[in-house]
Amino acid sequence: MKSARLIAMLFLLVMAHAAQAGGQITIAAAADLKFAMDEIVSLFGKAHPAARVATVYGSSGKFHTQIRQGAPYDLYFSADIAYPRALKADGFAASEVQAYALGRIVLWRASRAGKAPSLEDLTDPSIQSIAIANPRHAPYGKRAEEALRAAGVWDKVESRLVYGENVAQTAQFVQTGNAQIGLIALSLALSPELSAHGSYTLIPDSLHRPLEQGFIITQYAAGNPLAGDFSRFMRSPEVRAIMLRHGFAPPAKAG
Amino acid sequence: MESAFSAADLSAIWLTLKLATVVTFILLLIGTPMAWWLARTRSGWKGAIGALVALPIVLPPTVIGFYLLVMMGPDGPIGHLTQSLGIGLLPFTFTGLVIASVFYSLPFVVQPLQNAFEAIPERALETAATLRATALDTFFSVVVPLARPGFLTAAVLGFAHTVGEFGVVLMIGGNIPGQTRVVSVQIYDHVEAMQYGAAHWLSAGMVVFSFVVLLLLYTFNPTGRRR
Repeated sequence: MKSARLIAMLFLLVMAHAAQAGGQITIAAAADLKFAMDEIVSLFGKAHPAARVATVYGSSGKFHTQIRQGAPYDLYFSADIAYPRALKADGFAASEVQAYALGRIVLWRASRAGKAPSLEDLTDPSIQSIAIANPRHAPYGKRAEEALRAAGVWDKVESRLVYGENVAQTAQFVQTGNAQIGLIALSLALSPELSAHGSYTLIPDSLHRPLEQGFIITQYAAGNPLAGDFSRFMRSPEVRAIMLRHGFAPPAKAG
Repeated sequence: MESAFSAADLSAIWLTLKLATVVTFILLLIGTPMAWWLARTRSGWKGAIGALVALPIVLPPTVIGFYLLVMMGPDGPIGHLTQSLGIGLLPFTFTGLVIASVFYSLPFVVQPLQNAFEAIPERALETAATLRATALDTFFSVVVPLARPGFLTAAVLGFAHTVGEFGVVLMIGGNIPGQTRVVSVQIYDHVEAMQYGAAHWLSAGMVVFSFVVLLLLYTFNPTGRRR
């Protein structure tokens, strides 16, 4: 009887394995990629019907730390290319660091009435709370601080800043009306949920260092061919078009 | 590892202690009558009210944080109220954190008090009544001394639980120095910014603090556990 049970278990294991013959990858992606990546993954799924692709969205810095601690992510898309570069330098990457986009920041508020907001409007004392991502560790927060400083309004707004854990939470502070205005990713301002309820103004990219974004295949995925497939897929014209539509400019140079 | 605590760390520690003190005080004030009612009532509502009070033990902090953010926002019922009272909006403020923490730590104060009140024999109250003590007299000269271990447990747990709060603060705090950036959030930021040395100092401080608090509670308040 025991051997029969063993055989049954082996059979189930083999079946489970066969079901995964198309391969499986988990992608850790910066919060600003949420909408673009969902679309890219669904397109990838059409070309690889047997593949299973899971996506996790969050802060680039946190993923970076988690990958150093052995997190089971196959690909890592960071809003700041410095993070994957650091991982590569320390042997946590199984590919070169690939730049995939330039992010843009916008001023966003949860109202479609009136004229679009401007950086000068931030000094208006009737604005009580201005949301930005935390400049200590969120790439969009760092660039937002640079832009506010370059525009000469930092000293006037600093006491009214509220800090989101990542750029998505920053948008959510504004969307719920608890902050009157926020500096968020263009990709989020263009998302269906936010674009229907708010208006934005692009912040000139001359006011901050470029938000160069990059990804790697992690060491964890070293033997996983599907990770390589996805990486090549990112360079396809279809993906480029999706990224453009979601507010990501093409990277300055490949690599 | 650099120096132990930065100015920002000290500000977070001070803010956390201030928050926990204010919250504990408020909770003892409102938790005592609630616990008394729960301990003595024969009302059919006892189960429902008791369950409501215990909800924060079970609910993920994200649920509490999400609803508070929406309800305290400009379109929420609490937001409408605070705006019409001229207080403004509560998220990202110390007052907002106090309200959130009162709700979040409520069961940790009410339940020990309720247990202590339930353990007071009916006869003690009846004796006080035959001596013509008023209800208030009875409460302060009979109930409070008998329930002292319960009060101590309630105060310590309410305080410690507020110090240990994280998820709700992260969702409604906005991470403002001196206002809402408490120790748990500061640790999170240190880790995110990969400043593990600073994170270690604060984290180890929390471990020591929590252990000492519980040790004192269990050492000096044995009656609270063995009856």
